Amino acid sequence: MESAIGVLNYLVFFAITAGIYAVLCLGLNIQWGYTGLFNIGIAGFYAVGAYTSALLCGPPPGPLDWRIVGGLGLPFPVGVVGAILVSGIIAFFIGFITLRLKEDYLAIATIGIAEVIRLALKNESWLTNSVWGIKHIPSPLHSSIQRGISSFLTTHPDAAAWIRIIISKAYNWFYLGLVLAILGALYWVSERSIRSPWGRVLRAIREDEAVASVAGKNVFRFKMQSFVLGAMIMGMAGSLYAHYAKFIDANSFEPLYGTFLIWVMLIAGGSGNSRGAILGAFVIWGIWAGTDLMSGYLAFSATRVASLRVITIAIILELILLLRPQGLLGEEKVVSKLMQK
Amino acid sequence: MALGAFLALALLALLNALGVPQTAFGPLSFGLPMILALLMAMAFTGGAAIFIDRILYRQLRKTGRIILLIASVGVAFALRNIIQFIWGPLPQYYHEEIQLARKIPLLGVKIKPDEVFIIGLAAFLVAMLHLFLQKTKTGKAMRAASDNVELARVSGINIDRVILWTWAIGAALAAAAGILAGIENKFITPNMGWEMLLPIFAAVILGGIGSPYGALVGGMVIGLSEEVSTAFISTAYKPGVAFVIMVAVLLIKPRGLFGAK
Repeated sequence: MESAIGVLNYLVFFAITAGIYAVLCLGLNIQWGYTGLFNIGIAGFYAVGAYTSALLCGPPPGPLDWRIVGGLGLPFPVGVVGAILVSGIIAFFIGFITLRLKEDYLAIATIGIAEVIRLALKNESWLTNSVWGIKHIPSPLHSSIQRGISSFLTTHPDAAAWIRIIISKAYNWFYLGLVLAILGALYWVSERSIRSPWGRVLRAIREDEAVASVAGKNVFRFKMQSFVLGAMIMGMAGSLYAHYAKFIDANSFEPLYGTFLIWVMLIAGGSGNSRGAILGAFVIWGIWAGTDLMSGYLAFSATRVASLRVITIAIILELILLLRPQGLLGEEKVVSKLMQK
Repeated sequence: MALGAFLALALLALLNALGVPQTAFGPLSFGLPMILALLMAMAFTGGAAIFIDRILYRQLRKTGRIILLIASVGVAFALRNIIQFIWGPLPQYYHEEIQLARKIPLLGVKIKPDEVFIIGLAAFLVAMLHLFLQKTKTGKAMRAASDNVELARVSGINIDRVILWTWAIGAALAAAAGILAGIENKFITPNMGWEMLLPIFAAVILGGIGSPYGALVGGMVIGLSEEVSTAFISTAYKPGVAFVIMVAVLLIKPRGLFGAK
């Protein structure tokens, strides 16, 4: 029983992380799946969201900190909105430069901004505390839920052990609910928008820009809206991550975790399909976390095992591209109710 | 690039083990094994690129350019981690001794003998690439295919072969660049290629995508700007300088200096 509870607690932790990745995948799905915008700088928007939220809501700099700004201690929703706005502004800047040009330029510019952001996280200690990261980021409603937990535990001393263990982890359950609620809302918005005239224009642009612009659509504007919207969702995921992890530093947003895994998730799940994006996030994160659990049985050093895991994920990506390019769930070809299936 | 640099490291060890004499060439800090290792690593890296093209990229080529891009990002992660799996993430050294700069009598600048070799070899490779693109049939076919694939195909150019050559030459040059960077910096790491990605992209955009000579000029401009910038801002932001130049080019002259009209 005890070990089953341990597994359950791990699953909650797993689902929170996978849920945050699913939010990132939905953002990428709007950019790439719907509109065909190739963003390989996801980590940049993700990191900006996390740091914005951490600086808005976190504690003021302590005596050992290098940073001299931030720590306004504002409530969680303000952090989320701030994260969304700042990532949106950066996306607007990148989009303004590159969305009129060929698709290669957007790819290069996104990787560029992500690298510049990563360098800034590591070096601008007045803002980001550089390698020491930002600590003690408050989790929403944490203290009141913890109070509830301790009062339950003191008033019910005779409750069964497994109930006590589950209750003591109640905060994770709450955060899982929060992440899933946001994920659900984003899924709904995403599905509604792709079935709207706006979504159909995006898909038309993806398939053939010339045709879309001949049909009188302002291609640049639609691309910009899609790119900024996707980046905002990525920033929001960053905020969710920061408030759950409570501690962020530049290493949390390396290109491997911040960009590559998310691409593999979306492609595995099925780009252009919101359900596929979410499924891919859970499946690939399952494989990633599963290989971590298995690594204890391999006779290699920790760094070697880490390399093997990345090689495994990369091979999975290439195999999907070769054998099932549409992903687990392919895209729905017809998204209008008015057209006959 | 990192693959080439690490292959050279492995070959160096192999050649040393085979007993090829280590004696240094004149003032250089390395000898015959390094030169042999350089040539063999270039060949092996070119071969590896062709192999990856055959098993992966060729099947994906019909599905679209961006899919190819995604696949190549995956390959980059895989290669980097294969290197890391074998050699570990820490820096590796070709040779450990420190070489002192010597004054060139007439110019009054100090330079290490190794650096003269690097400049010379880089110039040689550029000259060879120029001759290849201008004088050989394959080189001309490559330029034609870069201008217009369909037109090149109907003129009877074997596009598949051109792509193969492009991979081989690109990978061999990247390997040479990695080894030269390793000689200059004294160490190589699995991440060295990733760290140079942004300056390389910036150089290509500055020069104009599709123009090899533009890339050359772009590379010089970006490299020099990065080094000069260290006089004013933190060295950590070298890639940031490349990015700022790139953004400026995209805003002012998106086709680059020598890009096609």
